[in-house]
Amino acid sequence: MSQQHVTTTADTTLELRGLACVRGERRLFAGLQATVVGGELMRVRGDNGAGKTSLLRLIAGLAEPALGQVLWAGEDSRRVREPFQRALVYLGHASGIKDELDPVENLLAASALADEGLSREAACDALRAMGLGERLALECKVLSAGQRRRVALARLLLTRRRLWLLDEPFNALDPQAVQHLAGAIGRHLAAGGICLYTTHQAVDIPADKARDLFLGGRA
Amino acid sequence: MSMFQALLRRDLLLVYRRRADAITVLVFFSIVVSLFPLGVGADPTLLRPIGAGVVWVAALLSSLLSLQRLFAADHADGTLEQILLSPQPLPLAVLAKVLAHWIATGIPLALVAPLLGMQFGLTGDALLVLTGGVLLGTPILSLVGAVGAALTLGLRGGNLLVALLILPLNIPVLILGAGAVDATQSGLGAEAHLSLLAALLIATLLGTPFAVAAALRISLD
Repeated sequence: MSQQHVTTTADTTLELRGLACVRGERRLFAGLQATVVGGELMRVRGDNGAGKTSLLRLIAGLAEPALGQVLWAGEDSRRVREPFQRALVYLGHASGIKDELDPVENLLAASALADEGLSREAACDALRAMGLGERLALECKVLSAGQRRRVALARLLLTRRRLWLLDEPFNALDPQAVQHLAGAIGRHLAAGGICLYTTHQAVDIPADKARDLFLGGRA
Repeated sequence: MSMFQALLRRDLLLVYRRRADAITVLVFFSIVVSLFPLGVGADPTLLRPIGAGVVWVAALLSSLLSLQRLFAADHADGTLEQILLSPQPLPLAVLAKVLAHWIATGIPLALVAPLLGMQFGLTGDALLVLTGGVLLGTPILSLVGAVGAALTLGLRGGNLLVALLILPLNIPVLILGAGAVDATQSGLGAEAHLSLLAALLIATLLGTPFAVAAALRISLD
């Protein structure tokens, strides 16, 4: 039952209301309720196949829920699609890196797609901060899996968007890069942003308000 | 820089870095067309009437070769998800991708078509009309092909399915394009055929980006 019908005044509020997801014949989850406000970190947990990726895709608007709604700032995110997409960064398993482009070209293309202006200098700075300073002019096909992941994650250092949906962001990263990313997420939260992420690693992210969301029946 | 320009630039850059793909299509086109004079014989009275038809059928087949890649690479590496999440309209992104595809495959075909037409004894006006027809017709092939590519995204055997879906839809382009050259050769003038081809281009330009956008959303759900 949805008892929280009071529209919140803060515009950084994500509410999942009675979400259900069906994949093929299987029901992954149903009646999912959660409210996440600015500054909050939510880790989506569950076994393999519990529907963690499906949930993030569903929130992002890449898939339609079988039942229920995703509310952003109190409004149905499907109805306010454009403002919602301007508030959102989604990074999935596949990180959208083109093998034939160099890291700078990749980052500029990703920002342009998201309709965020980005200068070449800012892109280079962000990539240097991710430890790719000596790889800026190399095609991404010669980079390692972790380095490619860093190229994709460099976007997080540049964006001002408030809602981050990160699917296994720590995969393939070395401990140093994990720390770096955890720091970036911490700063995002401190600035009033929201982050939902999935991971199978134990990572310490500096956050005042951190919660777990369990999928797949475990309480 | 707008999303449309950025996507177009990125796709053209990718075409340039993977230029072997575009060259393969062009070589395939040239070989298919050249097989006919070798197989049928060098009799000009036999070759001249079939020349335009052969060039057009080969253009149809070569455009199929590159279609599957139109969205498949973006789908595999996750870029397509980012395109869907862009605040800019999806049909606009589709147009940018199709335009890049046409520049990489359609324009080279149009440039080579008159050379290949000469093998069939086509001359003067007929060659000009053939080139104009290919220039007007190949964007239609790319646009209609994009619908098929989007619908079969991620399916096993999608390549074959695209061919079955798309080839029948392209029959009007084939008839008008080849008919224009025939009409020139018989002295009737190609205006009617080319005007219809242009009308068809406008209709597909207005309709297909929305169909492709809808198909992409379904394919990724």
